[in-house]
Order: sequence, then C-alpha cells, then structure tokens
Amino acid sequence: MKINVTVNGTRYDRDVEPRMLLAYFLREELGLTGTHVGCDSSSCGCCVVALDGDRAVKSCTMFAVQANGHEITTVEGLEEGGKLHPLQQAFWDQHGLQCGYCTPGMLMTAYVMLKHKPKPSEAEIREAISGNLCRCTGYQNIVKAVQQAANELTAEPAAAAVGS
Amino acid sequence: MTQSIGVSMKRKEDPRFIRGRGRYLDDIKLPGMLYLALVHSPYPHARIKSIDKSKAMAVPGVKAVITGEDLDAAKLEWLPTFHGYDKQMVLAFGKTLYQYQEVAGVIATSREVAHDAVELVEVEYEPLDPVVDPYQAKEDTIILRDDREPKTNHIYHWEVGDKTATATALDTSAVRIKERIISPRCHPAPLEPCGIVADMNKATGRLTLYMTSRAPHVHRTAFSLVTGIPEDKIHVISPDVGGGFGNKVPVYPGYVVATVASVIIGVPVKWVETRTENLTTTGFARDYHMDVEIGATKEGKVTALRVSTVADHGAFDAAADPRKYPAGMFGIVTGSYDFPAAFAEVDAYFTNKPPGGIAYRCSFRVTEASFAIERGMDLLARKLEMDPVELRRQNFIKKEQFPYSSPLGFTYDSGDYAATMRKALDIIGYEALRKEQAEKRKRGELMGIGISTFTETVGAGPGKQFDILGIKMFDSAEIRIHPTGSGIVRAGTRHQGQGHETTWAQIVGEELGLDPQELLVEEGDTDTAPYGLGTYASRSTPVAGGALALAARRIREKAKKIAAHLLEVAEDDVEWKDYKFGVKGIPDKSVTMKEVAFAAYTNPPPDTEPGLETSYYYDPPNLTFPYGTYIAVVDVDADTGAVKVRRFLAVDDCGTVINPMIVEGQIHGGLAEGFAIAFMQEIKYDEDGNNLNTNFTEYLIPTALETPAWETDRTVTPSPHHPIGAKGVGESPNVGSPQAFVNAVMDALAPLGVTHIDMPLTREKVWRAIRNAS
Amino acid sequence: MFPAQFDYRPASSVDEALEALVRYGDDARVLAGGQSLIPAMRFRLARPAMLVDINPIAELDYLRESGGQLQIGAMTRDYLLETSTMLGDRYRLIADTAAVVADPVVRQMGTVVGSLCHNDPAGDWPVTALASRAQVVVRGKDGARTVSIDDFIVDSYTTAVGTGEMAVEVRFPTPSARTSGSYQKIERKVGDFATAAAGVQITLAPDGTIADAGIAIGALGPKALRVSAAEKLLKGAKPSKALIEQAMREAQTVADPNPDNRGSVEYKRAMAGVLVGRALRQTLERLGVGGLA
Repeated sequence: MKINVTVNGTRYDRDVEPRMLLAYFLREELGLTGTHVGCDSSSCGCCVVALDGDRAVKSCTMFAVQANGHEITTVEGLEEGGKLHPLQQAFWDQHGLQCGYCTPGMLMTAYVMLKHKPKPSEAEIREAISGNLCRCTGYQNIVKAVQQAANELTAEPAAAAVGS
Repeated sequence: MTQSIGVSMKRKEDPRFIRGRGRYLDDIKLPGMLYLALVHSPYPHARIKSIDKSKAMAVPGVKAVITGEDLDAAKLEWLPTFHGYDKQMVLAFGKTLYQYQEVAGVIATSREVAHDAVELVEVEYEPLDPVVDPYQAKEDTIILRDDREPKTNHIYHWEVGDKTATATALDTSAVRIKERIISPRCHPAPLEPCGIVADMNKATGRLTLYMTSRAPHVHRTAFSLVTGIPEDKIHVISPDVGGGFGNKVPVYPGYVVATVASVIIGVPVKWVETRTENLTTTGFARDYHMDVEIGATKEGKVTALRVSTVADHGAFDAAADPRKYPAGMFGIVTGSYDFPAAFAEVDAYFTNKPPGGIAYRCSFRVTEASFAIERGMDLLARKLEMDPVELRRQNFIKKEQFPYSSPLGFTYDSGDYAATMRKALDIIGYEALRKEQAEKRKRGELMGIGISTFTETVGAGPGKQFDILGIKMFDSAEIRIHPTGSGIVRAGTRHQGQGHETTWAQIVGEELGLDPQELLVEEGDTDTAPYGLGTYASRSTPVAGGALALAARRIREKAKKIAAHLLEVAEDDVEWKDYKFGVKGIPDKSVTMKEVAFAAYTNPPPDTEPGLETSYYYDPPNLTFPYGTYIAVVDVDADTGAVKVRRFLAVDDCGTVINPMIVEGQIHGGLAEGFAIAFMQEIKYDEDGNNLNTNFTEYLIPTALETPAWETDRTVTPSPHHPIGAKGVGESPNVGSPQAFVNAVMDALAPLGVTHIDMPLTREKVWRAIRNAS
Repeated sequence: MFPAQFDYRPASSVDEALEALVRYGDDARVLAGGQSLIPAMRFRLARPAMLVDINPIAELDYLRESGGQLQIGAMTRDYLLETSTMLGDRYRLIADTAAVVADPVVRQMGTVVGSLCHNDPAGDWPVTALASRAQVVVRGKDGARTVSIDDFIVDSYTTAVGTGEMAVEVRFPTPSARTSGSYQKIERKVGDFATAAAGVQITLAPDGTIADAGIAIGALGPKALRVSAAEKLLKGAKPSKALIEQAMREAQTVADPNPDNRGSVEYKRAMAGVLVGRALRQTLERLGVGGLA
C-alpha cells in the first residue's frame, strides 16, 4: 500500500505491506535506527515515538499504514539546528542513561509528557515513564534528567539568559 | 592538568546515544543480507521423529532450512560449553530437551517471510515424560542425556572446605539453624535481545561476525575451534550493546546457525532473537537450592557453616564458569564473617530446561552464596533472639585480619566491615527506626528493617587458577599517544553501558597527565583490540583497569627518557610530579606529557625507538573483594501482602572510585534488579515442563513507579594489590540487595512467627504467610 | 513477533466501515487503538484477513455530556478521560479507571469502546461500565441499537457485537449530585493485567442512605462481574462497617477466578473482598462518610 509519512519534518512516500509495524518502517525503510525494539508484547517502550507532535505511541504496536498522512517525531528529530533538546542535554548531564537502549523511548515519552505537563512532580514523572522499562539505571537519574529539562523549559527567559 | 580519578566526568559515549545514533546489532544492515528465524519445540522432552522442510522451502524468499541433522553431517552440531565439561546441541538432534529448544533455522530474504516459513516447518515429535525438578532428576528414573556416559542426570559434585571439622563443630554447637534457602531461576533480560550478523566474504576468505558479545576474543577463538576456520580469518565485532548482565556471554545456537548459513550461502545472515526467545532459551540465572546450616555459641559467636546445594543446570551444563570452578565462586559463602570451620558442596543436575546458570550480575554464583549467608545469619539472629546487626558486628572479619584467608580458600584483600556498617546505620538512623517499629508493632502494623552486609569476590582472575576454554583470565590494554598529545586506548573488555569509554580514559589520563576527553577508548573489535577475556562478573575494572594503569605506567617510563632528553638532564634527575615531568630540585623546569608526545615523533632520544605506544597483559595476583552494607525499610499491607519499600540505603566499598557518578549509576541499576528478583521475578516451569514466563507480560521488569528511590553512600578501602586500588562494583548491588529486601520483610513478619519465605516475595506468598501464622 | 499478512482498509465514515465489515464478515476486525489487537496479531493469536481502520473517522472522537448521559465515541482515547476536567465527582469512578488502564503510553492510543469490545477478562473498562450501568450503542447496516452493559458483556473476549456490526459509543448515565466512585486495582506492576479489580459507584439519598450502588469486579472470572447481591444489600441502607463487610463477602461469592501467575483461586477470591471493601470505603469517604474502616 502506498503511504506518505512525515518524519522529523521530512515527507517520505513509500509502498509497504500493511503488516509492516511502524517501528520497522522507521528503522528499515527510512534507516532511522534510533527507535529500538526490545520486546514482543508492547511492554518495554523502547520504540516510543511522538505522533502528530502531541501523543506518545509505541511504534511496535502501530502499523506503518496507520501513519499515512501523519507526522512522526523520533529521537533523531529532537535536536534542532545542531542544538540538543534540553531533555537530551539533561539525560547527559544527569547520567540518565547507561547502555542507551531505552533512551530514545524515554526521551520521546518525556518530550510528549512535558508538552502536556510542563512542571511535573517526581511522582508524576515516575508515573509518566511507567510505560518505559530500563534495566541499567534504576530510573533515579532518568527522573532527575526530566526534572532538569522541565526546569530549563519553563525557566523565565530573562533568568535563563542571565544564567541563574 | 588536573586529577581525573575520582571525578564525576560526564560520559563520552553519551552524545551518540542521546541522539539515537548508537550502533546496535539490529542497526547493522549489509547488502544482500538474509534473515534467520528459528523453529522451536513445544515439548520439554521429546524424540524428533521427522522434520519436513518442504512446505517452508516452497515459500518465496526462503533460501534454506537447516536442521540438527544438517549440522551433524558438517560436524557442527555439538558445541563445547565454556568450562569444557559438557557439550551442547546447536539444534535439537534426535530429541529435544527443553520447551522452546531450537529445532531448525529458516533463512529467508526478510524477517517476516522467515517467520512465516517457520510456521510451515513440520516436525513430528514423540513426547517423553519431562523432568523439571532437580530433586526428581537426582533419582535418575528418567535419563535426559543419551549422549553421555555414565547414564545419569548428575553432572558433577564439587566441594570445598573441611567436611569433618565442620560436621564436628556443628554437632557440638550450642545453637544451630538449618534452612533450605532457594535462589530461584530468573533471567537477566537486558532490553536489547541477542543477535548476530554473520558475514562470510568469499572474496577475502574472512568471516566477520557482528555479535552482541561481551567476550569477543573468546568468541572468536571458540568459533575457530568449532568451525576449523583459523582465527586470522575470523573478525568479531561487538558493536554498541544494549545491556548484558551476563546474557551476552554464552554462544547461542542462533549465532552458530547464522554463521553456518553465511558460510554456506556466502552472503550476510542476520539473526535477532525475539523477547520470547530471549527469555525461554538464553542463559538463565540462579536456580540454586541451598541447605544452609550455621552453628554458634549461645553468645552468638559463629562456629561453623555448612551449605549443601542442589543446582539445576537445565539440559546442558553451559554455565559459563572458569574451567576449574564448576560452581563458580560459591566458596565466598562464608561472606563477611570469620568462620572457624566451613564446608560447601554443590551437586548439579540436568533437567528439561534451557542451559545457563551464570548470569544476572552473579559474579559466578556469588549472588547465590551471598543470599544464603545473609539469610542464614538473620535466621541465626532470630534463633538467638539477637539484633541481626549485633550478630554481624560480633562475627565480622576484623580490619586487622586482612589479608584474610577464608576456610573455603579465598584470600580477601582488604576491608573494614564494621566501619562501613556503622556508617550505614548512622545514615539510616537505625535506632530511631527500631523505636518506630516498636511503636508500630503495638498497633499491629507490619514494619521491617533488613540488613545485608555482603562481601563478594570479582576480578577473575589470576592465571594459575582461572581460565576459560584454557585461556587464562588476564586482561589487556594498548595505548598509543599521537604526536599532538591525544591518544587511543584499547582494552580487551567490552562494555554494555558501564561507561568504559569514559572511565578507561580517566585511568589513563590520570597516569599520563592527559585530558580524558582527548583519549579515544575502543573495545570490542578483535582485529584491533588486544586479546581480552571480556566484561562480566565485574572483572573489567579489577583486571583491564589494572592493565590500563600499568600500560600507562610503561608509557610514562619511556616518556621519562624522552623528558630527560628534552630537559637535558639524566633520567634519574627527572621526577613525575603534578602531572608533569620536572627536574628534582629545580622547580620551574618541566615538560608536559604533550610536549613529550610530540618529541617522541619529532625528536626522540638517540637510543630510543620513536613513537609512544605500548601494550600490557595483566595477570592479576588475586581476585578483589568489594563489600557493603545495605539496609531496607519496608511496610507490609497485611490485607493484600503488598510490600512497600519505604527506604533503601546502599553503602558500598569498591576501593578506589574512578568516576563516582558512574559508580552510583551502577548501584542504582543493580538495586532495581535486586528489587525485581526479591519481589517479582521468576522463570517457572509447571510440572509438564511448560515455561510460564515467556515474555514481559509474565516475566516482570519493574517500572519507575514500583521501583523505590535509592540512597547511596560509600567508604573507600583500596585493594592493596590493584595498581590503582580499585575493586570493581557492577555486580555488588545484585549480590547484596535481594537479601536486604527479604530480611526486611521477614523482620516485618517476625511478630507473627514467620521465619522464611522463598523469593520472589509475591503478594500472595506474603499474604499466605501472614494468614497461616494467625 | 510479526503478524501474518492481512488486507487493510482505512474507513472515513461509519458507513464505510460497516460496509467492509459486512462484506468480510468474521474475517474482518476493527482497528481502533490496536493496543490489544496488534499484540495479539504479533503473537499470531489473532489472524484477521482484513483490518478495518476506524482511526480516520474524526466524528467518532468525542467526549460530551448530553441528554443526561456522558457520551464517549468509539475513537475517544483513554488519556482524554484521564486528563478531562469534565469528569468531576460524579464520574469519579471513570476518572479513577482512566488513570490506571494499561500504561501511560498505551493510554494515548487505546480507546474505551475498543477495550469494551475486546472484553478481556482482566480489562478495566468493563468493570467500570458495569458499576456505572453504562450502555453501548451498536450500529449495523440496519441501524443502531442500544445495549445495556450487562447484555453487552457476554463472555471472555465475546460481546453482543455481531458480525457486520460495530460499537460506536458508550454512554454513562449522568448520576445525581451526591455520587462518587472508586476504582481499586491490584497489579504486580504498571501494565500488567490486573490480579484483581473492583469498581464502585454510590449515590446517596438526602437522608444519607444509599440511593443506588453499582459494584463490579474484574480479573476475577471469565468476564467482569456485577456483584448484584451486594448492590441490593446496599440499596436503601445506611452505610456501616457491617454493611461493607457483607458486601465484601458477596463479592467473594461472586468471584470465579482462574489461578495463574498472579494468584491462586483462594488469594484472588480474598482480594475480591478486600478491593470491594476498599472501593466502598473510599467512595463513601469521598461523599463525606468516614469512620468505616
């Protein structure tokens, strides 16, 4: 089936089998291997991407044909003009990753969450990422990273410029 | 130039991971690549009557279907297991020995087609009665392995210590406890499944294997021994690996079948397992059934320890232990305590389950041993009606006793257990917690405090004792400094998230006065990395870390000659101070390592080779002995059996700390795994041999909501024999934590008379224990 | 891991969807959130020959109060109910439930109506629909019919939706002002199927007695179960500790659990009582009636 999907701002026209999962479309068809596959029961969240900018979806639990006409943002699309998104910077600063396999999914889940809940509490962050598994970090530094990003994204422009 | 060791430097590997630009196995796509999918047996024990490939072969896109018979004809059906006492089938041959055992491989042009064709391979089975209980296997009424002599399910008996003295001491002890303590079968389940891209290049005659491997050199040697292809024609590359935890050390059938397919067909073949395959066929962890006996005086001084273990090894003995240690480092079971007498024995049995046993940050069976002794000490404390903290304090190996020779053959390098425990008790506010508990108990509320004061052993190991497939367990480093003063550092280990790209640069940077940001660290490519035994059992820092420091010191030795030449003084007048080469007695005369590096290429001394490069193969003199005190505080909901972990404190001593942030991250991750093991993880088989935990809906990984917050701190007692005093830490949290959780829950239920519950402490088990007690 | 092949038809209207469902009969499945269907397809437990995608039908995405009902369209996602400010106290049971369905990412795709149609024995929405006495609007080529939730829930994975039909809306009657609810769920971890669940909705009369009670349990039988005996007991009665304990015992009687990794029959049955008790107590507390612990 012919579909067109806009991924990270670029439109792609492709012909795919209906059964092709969005995760594999991104990875194999488009070569965007940042989105990972870690399980077969929609449990781990390594495959999370953003749909139409404001919903986090497990791309292993969606067919590529469903994304026809829609916009997908993957981890590769977080950086803008060579500048890291505050979430990416925060994960680095706070040691919120070790092997890096769950990281793209965590980033995309957090990215969408912060759009809807810009000042989450620690409990709200833990809840929001409870659809994403991590084996390496024990989650603690991931939570700190999301807190740092939230603070930066909601900082007053003047204060940010001065560097409080 | 400032200090590099002890600095929480941000990780150098992160820039690619945060951008989704890591290069994991499944990211590798080669032209003409085919895909392998495996056919699995539904039966735990069955004879294979026939395999009909025809329907599968007829599917468009299917290139080959490989069976055990095909491999046997090519003499590739049997793999030697790592420690060499057994061999295992690559594909089921004649019979299947565990549910989901690999029976055939389908190679096709796409994953989907390969999986479609898998359904069409027709296998005729004659089911046999399975054996799923190691105690039943012991009876030998059903023999599982036709290929072995003698015909028995008993694999080996191993023992260490003084059997008679221990028996006498136990029999004459005033107080004794005995308990069967089980460390249940679980699975490390890293988020990235195992996989391989095997690429036989007929033009060059070289076989390149991209593998999720933590021991690429050993895998290369193993593949060479099995296939007969010389090592120089085999190139193993371990790309970025998404977590290992022991899952990526063994050689799996999928690797072999993909390799064979690539060699025969001459194109790359990729195999990436599904999560179900990962949980049902790859190396499990634990499954030790330990009868633990401890004797003591009535004042609480321990007199003897005896542990008799039944080990369930699954259908093949593929436990990846060093060769002479079929039960790994289980002899560490005396733990942090000074036992006058001790004896430990392990009897291993085959069952109709997948093979494995060494995994999940176990440090070669140290997790099992530590769990046994820490639970045992708590049971003893209960019997003596003594505070478990007091019992431990009384029996700790004292600081002045180090290096300490344990009755089970280990020489512990260094430790001050009492000081570490004191620090932990202070931080957690132990006295106040006990007061609170007393108050809560009056109201019938179930609050518990659990302590684990573990000592583990890592860093395998000294060549005279430790080898894998005969290869001594040294490790290696290569350093080359470039003319402009940056450099490249290669080691024989292979990280999967532990931060070697940063910490190795910190070690070398510290020794050479160079900026770690300018030292590129590489691991995992057997063509370029020096030969190493890989990363597992927390051996990287103790062994490769030692190699790196000593290699750097060799560089510094040569650099000193060059410095003398530049400074125009005798070599003996040069001193390394403040990260520079200075002249003794002349304060303002010095050269930096960068200046020396440039000179190495442009102006070397006349009697010296140009360049600045070396390697070091380090044979460690001993293992190292990290330790710690972990304390858990829990509240139990009696109505549902749910346990809330209110606080968890980990005070670790891993000797010199290279990067505190990375060490803390390792602890957090291991504690989360220990938490999962204590409360929700098990690979269970029903009596018919069916695996009941085949994917993440049944094999549970806790989320950020269930996982407690962690408090961490440290003491630093360097290892006297390690070049930088470091001991390694990656596995300590798994070694030390499950028993802290369990001890806490048992403490909570103590007023009800509950003494022991086997892990995982599910809600129902806790609920039942409470009900049965009331 | 990879589904078997299938044909795919995106529908842009209910009529279009129905036309495909009628044409393909039992070989067709509706694709809404897909968070239950797609995992089943990946394990090849479900192998529809035709997938009718109703995601493009924008007019099915609504959450509105109208004519004494809270109306939820077939494409309304769980997370909308999780975040909606429309729900308030009277729909507390619904708000509670929406916060614990599956996990927070799955909730951004999964739908309430889809969950009801999938009718997993451990599903959350069937429990809440029972306790709230909801109705489901089913459309076929001959028109629409409204089915009471008790008739809609037939058996494990089986509902009153017939071949060639499609559920388009679930309706929750708007209860009177002194109403609240509570959803209690035991899960081993977020995302696990429930070990046991209970949903309660209570309306108090002006004199403080219970005007109406909806009590249902989930993951404790082949489908979500109404605890009718407890509902009858509570109706007209004054809230009391003894009443709650009676209701708990009724819940244990109604429960018909399957033993599995989550628990034995005995444990699950006991939890039926514990959770109904907790749901009742929390609901009453929310209505200002405390001290019943």
